Amino acid sequence: MARIRSVAQPLLLALAVLVLWEAAVRLFDVPNYLLPAPTAILADLARRWPRILGGAWITGLEILGGFGMAVVISLPLATGIAFSAWMARTIYPLIVAFQVVPKIAIAPIFVIWFGIGWISKLTLVFLLCFFPMLVNNVAGFRGINPEIMDFARSTGANSWRLFWRIRLPSALPSIFTGLRIGAVNAVTGAVVAEFIASDRGLGYLLLEYNGNLLASAVFATVFVLSAIGLSIYYAVEGIERLAIPWHTAQRQSEKVGEQT
Amino acid sequence: MSGVPIRLAAAAKTFRRGTQTTEALTPIDIEIAPGEFFAVVGPSGCGKSTLLKMVAGLVPATSGEIAIAGGTVRKPVTDLGIVFQSPVLLDWRTVLGNVLVQLELRGLDAASYEPAARRLLDAVGLKGFEDRYPFELSGGMRQRAAIVRALIHDPPVLLMDEPFGALDALTREQLRLDLEALWLAKRKTVVFITHSIDEAVLLADRVAVMSPRPGKIDRLLTIDLPRPRGVTARQLPGFTKVVDDVTNLFLERGVLQTTGKLSLA
Repeated sequence: MARIRSVAQPLLLALAVLVLWEAAVRLFDVPNYLLPAPTAILADLARRWPRILGGAWITGLEILGGFGMAVVISLPLATGIAFSAWMARTIYPLIVAFQVVPKIAIAPIFVIWFGIGWISKLTLVFLLCFFPMLVNNVAGFRGINPEIMDFARSTGANSWRLFWRIRLPSALPSIFTGLRIGAVNAVTGAVVAEFIASDRGLGYLLLEYNGNLLASAVFATVFVLSAIGLSIYYAVEGIERLAIPWHTAQRQSEKVGEQT
Repeated sequence: MSGVPIRLAAAAKTFRRGTQTTEALTPIDIEIAPGEFFAVVGPSGCGKSTLLKMVAGLVPATSGEIAIAGGTVRKPVTDLGIVFQSPVLLDWRTVLGNVLVQLELRGLDAASYEPAARRLLDAVGLKGFEDRYPFELSGGMRQRAAIVRALIHDPPVLLMDEPFGALDALTREQLRLDLEALWLAKRKTVVFITHSIDEAVLLADRVAVMSPRPGKIDRLLTIDLPRPRGVTARQLPGFTKVVDDVTNLFLERGVLQTTGKLSLA
């Protein structure tokens, strides 16, 4: 029952907002190029569906590719930084320093280096995902309760067993926080990269539609982009539920505790 | 396995921070007999937890020697069980899984210990909770699971660092009774750190009273009360006398003060 309500309530609210939006646009006769009505957006989405779908395919691949690369590189790197004093001293400060560089500001140079194809897109998505993931992974590995480590050391376990049975599971909640931030950043990264230079993808379509004052097409494209972002976000959350049920369950029970 | 002796010979600890050195523990000499229940009582900051970690080999002694069963402690000792103030269970494992991790980490066949784990969990009142996760348990139940984890590999030594410190008074009393019964059955060598005078006197064969800055053993008391002490030992004159002695010692050392310094006006 609570589960149904937790899904139904926000959906109802969204529906109410859409109805209000539609009513306001009709009532005040707002011109379509300023703010299109939801029904107009829907109609536009249906009309332009093949092209938007084609763009979504391209942009989706850029998002998944860059996100995946960030996962594959940040995890082993974070492990190294967390367990090697040498790496923590040399590499980590540089990475932290590079983190504050606004990646979007240097994105145009990627076009010069890599052209307007896949590589410049993947690079920007990767960079926007990589840093929050790495920082959260390292924090996860470092944030282990020192008394758990005292206990573990008293068993004489080797580093391999310690890693798989103690360190990695205890870092997982933090690792998933990084993944969720990365999922959101990846969508932004792909669109911005396409804004800078591209000949396809949803970001390219957005620029084209906007240039022609096709506001309802712009909204339709944004709608599809958001849908991609949401599905990745919820996919990560779903995997999190499967991988660390003890943690999500703990969060749920805390929530219940807050309400009572 | 029943207990083995623990010997501290002029074991001391100083912490160095920059140019400043802090003497956490002045040289300490203790001989703990095999199967003895040895309690250490003292105020916060007297170095009693450091003492325990030194015995466990988790913190190296700055000087002196510590030996368990005749072997000098140089690295983390594996032939023991440890219980901390917080249960430090693994959130991602069930109660049974948390007990069995002790064996998995040691590279032992955890499955073959499962019946023993279930029996021990049953003995501490956790029957029916084997498959629950730590967040589903009360503080007392978590600590019981932690105690079972410390005992499952049947170590000769049990180290406990304020194990009941975070529990409510009633749970604390019950766990004390259970611990005495467990100890009477297995006769392991126990080193039990607490800041409760009552608890130390009710549980231990000998109590080391520590005072802070620098941490040292002020007095070593032998508690000659009949076992099992259960709940009735509190009424014995011998109990009252020892508790009074320790309290007076703390008053002398300024650890306790009869007239509170705070004025609430």
